This record gives sequence, C-alpha cells and structure tokens, in this order.
Amino acid sequence: MSATVEIPYITEPRPDTGLVNVKLGTWLFLASEVMLFGGLFSAYILLRAGAETWPEGASILNVPLATLNTFVLITSSITMVLAWASLVRGDFSKYRRFNYATLACGLAFLVVKYFEYSAKFHHGLFPSESTFLAIYFTLTGLHGLHVVGGMTMLAYYAFPGSSMWHTNRVQFTNRVECAGLFWHLVDLVWIFLFPVLYLM
Amino acid sequence: MDETTVSTAETATPEPRLETHHELPFWRKYIFSTDHKMIGIQYALTGGFFLFFGFGLMMLMRWSMAYPDQPVPVLGFLFGEAKAIGPDAYNIMGAMHGTIMVFLGVVPLAFGAFGNFVLPLQIGAPDMAFPKLNAASYWALFVGGVIMLVSFFVPEGAAKSGWTAYPPLADIDIGWGQTLWLFGMIFLITSSLLGAINFITTTIQMRAKGMTFMRFPFFVWAQFVTAFLLLLAFPPLESAAILQLMDRLADTSFFLPTGLVVSGELISGELANRSGGGSPILWQHLFWFLAHPEVYVLILPGLGIVAEIIANNTRKPLFGYKAMVYSLIFIGFMSFTVWAHHMYITGMGTTMNAFFQTTTMIISIPSVVILSCLFLSLWGGSIRFNTPMLFALGFLPMFGIGGLTGLPLGLSAADIHLHDTYYVIGHFHYVVAPGTLFALFAGIYYWFPKVTGKMMSETLGKIHFFGSFVLMNLIFFPMMIQGLAGINRRLYDGGAAYADPAAVIEPGFYSHAANFLHLNKLMSHSAWLLGLVQVVFLVNLFWSLARGKAAGRNPWQGTTLEWATASPPPHGNFDGPIEIHRDPYEYSVPGAAADFSPQFEEPPAAAAGGGA
Repeated sequence: MSATVEIPYITEPRPDTGLVNVKLGTWLFLASEVMLFGGLFSAYILLRAGAETWPEGASILNVPLATLNTFVLITSSITMVLAWASLVRGDFSKYRRFNYATLACGLAFLVVKYFEYSAKFHHGLFPSESTFLAIYFTLTGLHGLHVVGGMTMLAYYAFPGSSMWHTNRVQFTNRVECAGLFWHLVDLVWIFLFPVLYLM
Repeated sequence: MDETTVSTAETATPEPRLETHHELPFWRKYIFSTDHKMIGIQYALTGGFFLFFGFGLMMLMRWSMAYPDQPVPVLGFLFGEAKAIGPDAYNIMGAMHGTIMVFLGVVPLAFGAFGNFVLPLQIGAPDMAFPKLNAASYWALFVGGVIMLVSFFVPEGAAKSGWTAYPPLADIDIGWGQTLWLFGMIFLITSSLLGAINFITTTIQMRAKGMTFMRFPFFVWAQFVTAFLLLLAFPPLESAAILQLMDRLADTSFFLPTGLVVSGELISGELANRSGGGSPILWQHLFWFLAHPEVYVLILPGLGIVAEIIANNTRKPLFGYKAMVYSLIFIGFMSFTVWAHHMYITGMGTTMNAFFQTTTMIISIPSVVILSCLFLSLWGGSIRFNTPMLFALGFLPMFGIGGLTGLPLGLSAADIHLHDTYYVIGHFHYVVAPGTLFALFAGIYYWFPKVTGKMMSETLGKIHFFGSFVLMNLIFFPMMIQGLAGINRRLYDGGAAYADPAAVIEPGFYSHAANFLHLNKLMSHSAWLLGLVQVVFLVNLFWSLARGKAAGRNPWQGTTLEWATASPPPHGNFDGPIEIHRDPYEYSVPGAAADFSPQFEEPPAAAAGGGA
C-alpha cells in the first residue's frame, strides 16, 4: 500500500453531510477570510468615524481605472465558473481555455493596479501621507496578494496540477471548484473595496 | 460508476492495511510525518519545550521581583556587566513569557497535541481529513516559534511591549524585536487557522459509523468549539498585526494619534513624517476581539480533558452531558461579544461598559453550568484516585477560583480599582496555570499509556501533583492580596518603590502596599520550588518511557474509542471497520457484565442475534 492512509470522502460526498472534505474545508477557510477582511473593514470604519476630515476617494484615486478593474475581475469570475463547468461536462480543452482567460484577467487586474500604485508614488502619495492612503494601500495591497495567491493556484491547475485529470477526474474537478470558490471571494472583496475606497 | 462501490466499503477503516505496510524512511516517519499521531507528538514536544522555556523566563523575572537589582545567580552572565535584571530585560521577559505561554505553549499542547492525537481516535477516524495540511500547520507553528526565539538575539532584544503589544508603545519601540514578534504571530495565526479548518472538517466528515454528534465524547465537543473560536477570532488579530506592521515598516499611523510626542520628539502629525490620525484604541478592540475567545481556546480543551477523566474515574456517566454541550456552544457564541471588558479604563463610556458588563455576566453562566456538572458528576461515584484523576480534581476548585475572581474584573466599577494590578495576574493565572495546566497534566498522565504503550509511575505522579498543587496556590494567591492592596503589575522590582521612603510624596500616599511586598519572596521561592517539582514530572516521563509497565489497549477501562485500538495505535488507527453502538460514558450500566460498556462493543442483544 502507499505510505498514506486512505482518507474517505475525497471524491464521494459523505452521505449524511452531502459534502466532500475539500469543499467543507474551503468554506471554512473562506469564513476566516471574511473575518480577516471584516477586521480591516471595521478598522476602516473606526478610523473614518474618528477622523476630523476624510478625503473623497475620487479626489485622490483613479475611478475610471478602478471601474475597468471591477469589470475585469467580474469577467474573470465568469470564466472561472465556465472553466469548472467545462470540467463537469468532461471538456478538458475548453477548461484549459477558460482557465487561461481567468489567468489573463487576473494579470490584467494586477497590471492596472501597478499603474495606479506607481502613479501614486510618482506624486509622492505614500501610505505615511494620510490615514486614507494608509488604509487604501493596506486593503488593496492585501487584496492584491490574494489575487496573486489565487493566480498561483489557478496556474498550478492549468499546468502541472492538471495531470490529475487523467488519473482522478472527480477529485480534480472538486479542486478546481474550490479554487473557484476562493477566486470568487477575492472578486467579492474587490466589489466591497471599490465603492468603499473609490466612491464613498 | 465503478468508484461508488469502493468508496462505500471504505466509509470506515479498510482492512488490507497491515500486511502490505512497509517502513517509511526516518524523515517521513518522524520529521515530515502526515500521521496525526506523530504530528500530535510533535506538537506536544514543541509545546512542552516552550512551556518550560516560558516558565524559565518567569523564574528569572521572579528573581528580579524578590531581589531587585541584585545579581542573578548562575545565569547572571545573560544580563551583562551588572549581572542583574534591568527594566528593559524584565520587559522583554514579561512580553515573551506571555506570548510564549499562550501561543506557543498552551495552545499547541491543548489544541495541537491533544486534539491531534485524541480527536481522530475518539471519533473513529483513520486520520485527519487533510493530513498534509496538518503537517503544514505544525511546521507553520515551528517557524513561528523559531522567529520568536531568534528575536531574543537581535540587538535591541525581543518584543518588550507586553504580550498585548499595545500601541503607541509597540508602534514606536525601536529595533527588530517587535517586528519579528509580528511576523512570528502571523505564522502562529496561520498555524492555528489551518489546524482549525482541519479539526472542524475532520469532526464533521471523518466520524465512524454510528458516531452521531450527541455520542461525541465531551472532549471532542470541546475541541470542535475551540476550533471554531480559532477559525473566526484569529483573523481579526491577523489584520491588526498587518496594520501594526504597516505602522512599523511603512510609517503609517493606524494606531498613532495626531501630535504624539515621545521624549520631546514629535512622532505623528502634519509636521512629522507620519500623518497621525490613528487610534490606539483600535488596536485594543482588534486584539481583544481575538484574545477574549483565546481565553476560551485556552480553557475549553482543558474542560474536555477533565470531563473525560472524571467520567472514567468516577465510573459513572457525566452529569448533564447535554447541558454541558449546549453550554459549550453558548460559550462559543458569547465569547465573541465580551472583548471590551478588558478595556473599561479606556474611557469607552458607561453605555459601552454596561453592554459588556452584561454580556460578561451572561457568559459566566454556562461556565458555571459546566463546572457544576463536573462537580455533580462526582456525587455517588466510587472514585479512583489515580494521578490523572488527582489533577482533574485539582483542576475543579482551581478553575473555580480563577473564574469567580474574574467576576469583579468584569464589572467596571470594581475593575477601575483592580485593573493593571497583581489581582488580574492572579486571576488569569488561576484559570490557566492550576486550571488549564493541571488539565493538561491530567491529560498527559491519562493518555500517555495510549501514546507510548507504557504506564507512568503513580508514585512520582502523586509527588508531582501534591507538590504542584500546594506551590501553585502559594504563587498565585498572594498575587490577589497584593493586587487588592494596589500593587501594579509589570514592575521589574516587584513594586519596591512602594516601600521607598524617598518615593513617598506625602505621608501615607504610597504606604498602602508597603506591608504586602514581603509576599514577593514567598511567591518567588514557591515558583522555583515549583520548577523543582516539574523535574519529578520530567523524570517520570523518561523513566516511564524506558521502564514503565506495559499498558495494554485499555488500561483505564475506558469506554471511548481511543481504547479500542492498540497502544500505541498503528498507522490507520484501528484494526478494522469500527462501529459505534452507544453513548460515550456508559459506565456501571445495570445488568452489564463489566462496569464499563465501551462505545465500540456491540450490545449483548445484538450480538446474540448473530451480530449482523
């Protein structure tokens, strides 16, 4: 036998819970992520409520670019679902294409973010400048790290990790589904960040 | 689909395991193991090491409190020319004692070690749901621990702003100590998060056939609720740590108010290079939002262990099992609503105080329910006074004292007097030291036979128990007296200034505490003796490992599932498919052949009917 113990409910859902392990684990992880960003959003509220003045986001930040990024991320969420749906239908080459599209969207998001950041730095707007900029850089920076993390995961499932498709289709589809759950959360966080930082 | 048949047959442990079993290479078996039992042992050794390390820091601090500014014997070379502990060194040891004991000592031992080793066994699982993630969570803890240790050796020394790391102090502290503390904390938080995800998934998904939630041993429930607390309470601390890192590394002012002046220098505001406009109180909110649930993370596994041992050694079911479980869940929810009772003197206002006083009084009710159930479980039992039981019995009144002394701190009027005094230290140490630590010792004596296959020495165990029991009280009870007399915590000289005639501003002003300073020596001597008594424990550990008598499968005649398998349990845990037939604590069932009816044994009626 292999060196590892066989763990039940990796491919077949447990009858009484209707879940495979990885899906439950992923949802729990997402719950902790919600608490992480929840803590930061609470910090934002407390800091803003205690501030004497608070700049309007649009006066400092580039709203058109952020709007573009919002559409890019929403598009990536759609391609993510389509990638998973292709796997469910058994169409591996289509999965690949949608996965590449998701990765491309993620990359586009980061490139736009890079231009936004460098424009700020160019004008001498650093996190130490004001509490608004401090929370802006912290929140978007942490979100950016999540995008990078999600892309790493998707790239793994696009290239080396995809060989599992040929050995265990069910488990591979589950994995991609859970990667998708994380990707949607990252998207959702941005949906909150965009109005809070840029529009309010 | 052909996989369906395979997987239904594997809902419990599949059989053809032992015959094809081959030895793993050393590094896979002992170092980068994915077996929950080995990872549990790794957690135990790491947690044990840090407990003794943190205890060592405390013994040094107690020297400074009893004999301020005098050279430290033996270890004096650590403290430079004077060989005496100065305020800075004391602050470092104080901050690191708290951090290490909480995050690297008790949590890894109570949650990581006991949870990992015992929980899968008690629910009849072959392993954790995510074995690799389990290993990752241990190694994240390991890295966090190494970072904390390394931070002692950076030029300005380790973090010295208390284990609570309150800003502005923690923000403006010079050197790498506090920054490394934050990095270390991020690793420790990650470790706990991964562990929590794994524990919850395992508990829900890996239960053996027939193991319903209300058939869980109380220990499993305690770990389950603890895992939820870690999962949801730790991320806000992570966000707080990120914000403090930004303050320290990117010159932001999340926790720095406008116009902060330190040693004549303007730190934040329009004329400084930081903007200001932050709030030190924000850190306290984020920190205590974690750290109050964390208190329950420290105590709930202990309650779980004690419940197991009390049921086993009174030879009767727990009194009010369901009430205990519901109380546990209620504590879990309520623990998220009490955090600001640590912050009464920040000037939150009476409305906020009233809210948090109310929730604090409410959360004490389920705790009292659980403790009362444990006391009532003793009623009418024929108690076996073995070492685990002695520690469990010692736990009950100690945790009771710890809990009841917390009530005055939960009421803002009383807290204003007691805040930041030794009373607070006495209170929470009663909960954690003779409370949780006794529970952990009880657990070690109780499950050591399962982990190693050897019994521990009862004689040495009893010396360890009675020594620790007396000395713990001699250390922590005087703290309450000192605290009521108004002696502040975090004084490197133990409050020598209270007795210094030169420090008296007007007659009688400082003298309120002068008569209580002699207790410092009593507490310090007791602490060192306590250290000596722990040597008995260590000797017992190693002696029993080498010479202890063989334990067999079920040395305590227990009913829960971990006693169904060999000691130590093999890879994959059980001999074959395992099925659960009854509630967890069926001791002394009328008409049964023995005074214990294990969960894993078929009822006689079913067995007579052919066992199908």
